[in-house]
Amino acid sequence: MLKKSRNIEFGAQGEARVAQYLKDLGYEFIAKNWRIHAGEIDLIFRHPDGRIIFTEVKSRRTEAFGHPLEAITSIKAHRMRRLALAWLILNDLWSAPFRIDAAAVLGDENFTIDYREGIA
Amino acid sequence: MTLSRTYTVALMGLTGHPIEVEVDISDGLPSYVLLGLPDAALAESRERVRSALVNTGAPWPNRKVTVSMSPAWLPKSGSSYDLPIAVGLLMSQGVIAQEDRRDHILIGELGLDGQVRSVRGVLPALLSAKKAGIKYAIIPEQNYQEAVAVEGLVIVPVDTLRTVIHYLATSEIPERALMPLSSQQPMLDLSDVAGQKSARRSLEISAIGGHHLLLIGPPGTGKTMLAERIPSILPLLNQEQSLEVAAINSIAGNWTPSREITRTPPFVSPHHSTTAVAMVGGGTHQIRPGACSLANRGVLFIDEAPECGNGVLDSLRQPLESGSVTISRSLATLTFPARFMLVLAANPCPCGKFSGRGRTCTCSSLQIRRYMQKLSGPLLDRIDIRVFVDAPSRVEMASMAPQESSAEVRTRVINARNIAAERFADEEWQLNSEIPPSLLRKKYAAERSAMNILHQELDLERLSARGFHKVLRVAWSIADLSGHSTPTSVDVQEALAMRSGMENSG
Repeated sequence: MLKKSRNIEFGAQGEARVAQYLKDLGYEFIAKNWRIHAGEIDLIFRHPDGRIIFTEVKSRRTEAFGHPLEAITSIKAHRMRRLALAWLILNDLWSAPFRIDAAAVLGDENFTIDYREGIA
Repeated sequence: MTLSRTYTVALMGLTGHPIEVEVDISDGLPSYVLLGLPDAALAESRERVRSALVNTGAPWPNRKVTVSMSPAWLPKSGSSYDLPIAVGLLMSQGVIAQEDRRDHILIGELGLDGQVRSVRGVLPALLSAKKAGIKYAIIPEQNYQEAVAVEGLVIVPVDTLRTVIHYLATSEIPERALMPLSSQQPMLDLSDVAGQKSARRSLEISAIGGHHLLLIGPPGTGKTMLAERIPSILPLLNQEQSLEVAAINSIAGNWTPSREITRTPPFVSPHHSTTAVAMVGGGTHQIRPGACSLANRGVLFIDEAPECGNGVLDSLRQPLESGSVTISRSLATLTFPARFMLVLAANPCPCGKFSGRGRTCTCSSLQIRRYMQKLSGPLLDRIDIRVFVDAPSRVEMASMAPQESSAEVRTRVINARNIAAERFADEEWQLNSEIPPSLLRKKYAAERSAMNILHQELDLERLSARGFHKVLRVAWSIADLSGHSTPTSVDVQEALAMRSGMENSG
């Protein structure tokens, strides 16, 4: 129980780090951890050009179990796309331009962010 | 630069096609896409290449990797693409300098630890690469022995991926000693055979003209012994022929690191339970040469021929005529050479004791007929020489006189072949068994009296049209052996007797 909560905390920390990274790029924060029955979107931002950016964040302390982004399989990428469309519909932004990104946070104290745009 | 190109060869039968392997690393989720009709073994390359790179200490790109092998329509199979893909990945990541290396080809399978492992078909691949103007070939060191046979190519034998990186960075070709040749197989010699005068003569004549042979005799009389010694009386292969033999063996995977390219004609003896596909070649995913292609330029010996499955022997009829096998599968249509001397061995009856007066034979006449019927008429019609091999007599067995050795017989065979080659200097063929029918009736007819004998046989329907020509071809071989400039009636008589198998021992 203790270990699990620690991992959740570590994941939340990674999401916060990516959120800061996007704010520094000039993106506008919309939502985080948006959840419906079909799943969750970690971060939702608005790009300066108006596009909605949906970001999945994966955090790992080490690369011993492979690169964090390898955990995003094509099925998961596809699910993100469906969730993004669901969000757009629920927010009356039917045909708004959008993009789906993935971010890898590697390390704990000294961390790096590997940000990939347009993954799905 | 994230796009790199390396080059390799895809084999279709004995023909190699140059293949360009492009490796592109782009942003996106880590993934690996392989394009260009890979088969299962090739699709698994991802895991081998990845582990090999990581265990060599090289980086693996956690990005989108696209590998494209062109021409894309050509189906590609096997593990020999591991090395070009790995080197492409290293170039794309900047571990190795990006250079135009279209004069290099890379062939090899990778072990998970970065070892470069041997693959099949290196020799034919390099022969094609040389024709395509390639100058350097980076190949597994275990295939070095066969690779050095290709003249005019710089061979870079590599044992690990690290060696490849070192070579590409420094152009220093790794030192590699040739394997000590595997201990020479003691060549079987005809002097081991006691007696068998008529069988010896039949062997010699068939060796001269490349005629097909049927040995009939009770078990234990030496049919196999005789057949195994045919390569020892055949002339040695020339450079081109021995490379052809080695190339077919390379594709079939009959290669060990220490095997040398031999000039001795091959001797292939499939078991009688073999299938038609194993005999002529085939396979669904990778088309492999069959026994009759492995016996190319040598001897295909089938012991207990009547025991062969239905259609197995008859599948040899087409290669016997054309000297090549064409195998059609959904994947491709390939042609392998199959110019061999067919030697069949059979017992005279199912119990095997029907010889001499056949006193101890327990077979009914119907059984004997059924047994021999397994050798179909059309196939037997293609056999030029039939010979009864009987148990040697007590005199022959007790004789202390040295038997004639293979070397002596081979000298005569070579002499006779030289006479034939001189005669056929302006023709496209060299062997008596290859004279086309139309020329046999005109330019290469026998003496008039001899031709009359044959025409009479035709009248009596004892000889088919094919048989007529076959007898003439054998007669030429006999004439070459006895120094006649044209086959005489004696030569033709002997050839006729050999065809019908009437000539008995002694």
